[in-house]
Amino acid sequence: MATIDLPIKKRDVEVIDKAVIRFCGDSGDGMQITGNQFTNTVALYGNDLATFPDYPAEIRAPAGTLPGVSGFQVQFSSGDVYTPGDSVDALIAMNPAALKMNLADLKKNGILIVNKDDFGETDLRKAQATTNPLEDHSLDGYRLFSVELTRLTRAALSELGLDAKSMDRCKNFFALGMCFWLYNRPMDSTTRWLEDKFKTKPLLAEANKRAMKAGYSFCEATEAFQISYEIPPAHLSPGTYRNMSGNQALALGFVVAAQKAGLKLFQGSYPITPASDILHELSMYKNFGVTTFQAEDEIAAITSAIGASYAGALAITTTSGPGMALKTEAMGLAIAVELPLVIVDVQRGGPSTGLPTKTEQADLLQALFGRNSEAPIPVLAAATPGDCFWMAVEASRIAVRYMVPVILLTDGYLANGAEPWRIPNLDDIPDFPVKFETNPDGFQPYRRDPQTLARPWAIPGTPGLEHRLGGLEKQDVTGNINYEPLNHEHMVRLRAAKVEAIVQDIPDVVPAGDPDGDLLIVAWGSTYGAITAGVNAQRAMGKRIGHVHLRNLNPLPRNLGEVMQRYKNVLVPEMNMGQLILVLRAKYLVDAQGFNKIQGRPFKQSEIESKIEEILD
Amino acid sequence: MATTTLPPLTKKDFQTDQEVRWCPGCGDYAILSAVQSVFPELGIPREKFVVISGIGCSSRFPYYINTFGFHTIHGRAPAVATGLKLMNPDLEVWVATGDGDALSIGGNHTIHMLRRNVGLKVLLFNNKIYGLTKGQYSPTSEIGKKTKSTPYGTADRPFNPVSLAIGSEATFVARTVDVFMQHMKDTIKRASGHKGSAFIEILQNCNIFNDGAWHDVTEKEARSEHVVQLEHGKPLIFGKNRDKGIRLNGFELEVVQLGNGITEADLLIHDETHPRPSYAFTLAHMEHRPGFPTPIGVLRNWADVPRYEDTVSDQIKDVIAKKGKGDLAKLLRAGDTWEVRA
Repeated sequence: MATIDLPIKKRDVEVIDKAVIRFCGDSGDGMQITGNQFTNTVALYGNDLATFPDYPAEIRAPAGTLPGVSGFQVQFSSGDVYTPGDSVDALIAMNPAALKMNLADLKKNGILIVNKDDFGETDLRKAQATTNPLEDHSLDGYRLFSVELTRLTRAALSELGLDAKSMDRCKNFFALGMCFWLYNRPMDSTTRWLEDKFKTKPLLAEANKRAMKAGYSFCEATEAFQISYEIPPAHLSPGTYRNMSGNQALALGFVVAAQKAGLKLFQGSYPITPASDILHELSMYKNFGVTTFQAEDEIAAITSAIGASYAGALAITTTSGPGMALKTEAMGLAIAVELPLVIVDVQRGGPSTGLPTKTEQADLLQALFGRNSEAPIPVLAAATPGDCFWMAVEASRIAVRYMVPVILLTDGYLANGAEPWRIPNLDDIPDFPVKFETNPDGFQPYRRDPQTLARPWAIPGTPGLEHRLGGLEKQDVTGNINYEPLNHEHMVRLRAAKVEAIVQDIPDVVPAGDPDGDLLIVAWGSTYGAITAGVNAQRAMGKRIGHVHLRNLNPLPRNLGEVMQRYKNVLVPEMNMGQLILVLRAKYLVDAQGFNKIQGRPFKQSEIESKIEEILD
Repeated sequence: MATTTLPPLTKKDFQTDQEVRWCPGCGDYAILSAVQSVFPELGIPREKFVVISGIGCSSRFPYYINTFGFHTIHGRAPAVATGLKLMNPDLEVWVATGDGDALSIGGNHTIHMLRRNVGLKVLLFNNKIYGLTKGQYSPTSEIGKKTKSTPYGTADRPFNPVSLAIGSEATFVARTVDVFMQHMKDTIKRASGHKGSAFIEILQNCNIFNDGAWHDVTEKEARSEHVVQLEHGKPLIFGKNRDKGIRLNGFELEVVQLGNGITEADLLIHDETHPRPSYAFTLAHMEHRPGFPTPIGVLRNWADVPRYEDTVSDQIKDVIAKKGKGDLAKLLRAGDTWEVRA
């Protein structure tokens, strides 16, 4: 457990309730690390927070250019935080390209820290800037702090004997140190992290620590800032918290699910942005008996998982949109042979390779319908980074209880975004033990449980249960190949009924906000934060709004149609061209309106509020 | 407690009640019969056998053999089997596949299964044609072949399946022929004893769409002139009168006539355990040259390579031994945490 030693209170400390800061620089400048360290520190202090890492698809675009700009935004507050923030209170820009790409989001009179040493002629040319913004008065509306980050970092590290390149790599920690001073945060968590990360390279640990302290001392000594800020801890529900990203939460969720099911966990996966971190995480958990298999391609990733499920494992495969497309045929196989499987789609912008590092929600219809023939599949979606944990458990539970493949949708924003996560007590999560078939007397591979319509899970190695599975149409109960017309219709309807039956096992929706009124917002996935914040703000002004955030997209909760009728208007915001709304209109004949953003970026709270005002005012 | 000994398994135990739907006269019947004869002799309980297939005529195999069976999708049997084997290394898993399934749509899975050395036995039925889709050329069809999809002849150079397997560093590579029943049974039995991936190409006749594709190899009068049977530690001799041999001349193989001063001692002695895959590759390649016979038997048998599933499960055991069995409550609380009090 961290100890929190607050630095000595400084001259003028203004207590505020929230702040949004963004670190941006070249993708080689370590902005993601800087942002994560700042985030961990404010989290440990007890602020509520949400983060938005935004990085380019190129690993190292040419240094200093516009496509190479990487950013990390965090909102932290003494109140509830639902989004990383619409606009930025403090922007740290490491070069002219970063400044150019990010300045529009900085509030008027916001704090702007730039590295003065990187505004030379070449730097400006790389950023396609015709004049120097530090001199052309374009930054007059901001509180500009033009700091010689490179020179000051080198000066702080001069005794360590590092080469210039290694010293310059520490300048992000100088900037981080400045931010810690600015927001009155201690450096001890980052210090511990550096010592651990550079365990075998103590010199680098020392260099980064010195750079950070130098940044902190620079603010202290120069009186550059007239004021610093204090944001008191938030009032979160009691418990133990940690900072949690969506991909990390998924990995933990599946490890927990396997234990709750009494099964071994198998992950078949092929690296793809932004899903690869799930594989990285799970591959570290070998001591939990987790088997991770980096397959030769997306198809082998899912088919190996089907083989693992056949063997009796909790099998998952994790990917993003292009990988989903490749896995499609195999999903049909899992549906036909009725083996449990969880398919995670961390959505990103498309079509094709699209925007690998940017977020989107445009795979919903693919998840619901994107297979040949009648191939229904349960679909779930996580709403927040921490919710990914719970959805991983829930998807696993449904898969093994109903003997079906299940699709779990998240997206790039959830995958990389982070929030404080209350660590659950394991005993509070119900077990869902799996019972394999062992009795050969009268065994039939497709005999069904009357309640769930699940067939028995009969794994190879069990005496007397030898049987054949396959993708050809089969007779119910016996599983023998059967091409008769009426049998096919029976089987198609049966597979659909099995998925529909899951509705008995999922909760009815209870709208947040008003239980009836002028407007219901129906949404799913990562839009949760912006919509919640927007609805709260608009309700505070007296509007009567409800918010239903769907985590079950197939089957849909039983009472959804009835709930939608309680409101005069229904609005469906989505980061796509209108996919959920298509389903809602078709299924419920509801005159819902869409609100669509397809920019590779999440909704802003202000955008949601404007839309609400447009409808209700 | 009294121990009961189960009666030994027989061929009948491996037959199913399903109607076999291969064309009358298809080579697949012989392969099925050979496998059903060998399985009961292996001393493995029936429930440990799993037969996994992809799509194609050959891939109907699991329906006709009374073991656990899984008829998957086109080309993916090796990947399904790999997942199965990783989660249960004790199973005896056989993959039934064809030239299109394993070498065209599933080529990627085939090479990766072999280079990983997953403990799977692969029966590749090579009939040099697409049968189930009614007669298009396959990746093993000879160049220029006229088929339904190539009325003017194929432009594709074919794969030699054993060359591909050897090139993938497969640890057991063999070839047999559907009409050489005893040789087929012996080869299948040898494959079953191999620890890692065992790859058998079975030259198989499709009497409907490519009848006589292996005529040179199987035709009674000519077969001894066109086939050399590889046996470990024995010289490469062939010919109706066993009067021809294969000799190594530098890096090249050459066909020699025995007699006139050339004796068996001059011939290449087959070493299936030769450490270099280039040796087996040279053997695999000779049939492409005029005057050379087609080799059958075990080309390569390399026992020292660990099975993939063992390496993977050993790694898990090692990590558990080093770190201790994972504590889930601790894992959830890993890293920096903080308390919020009521």
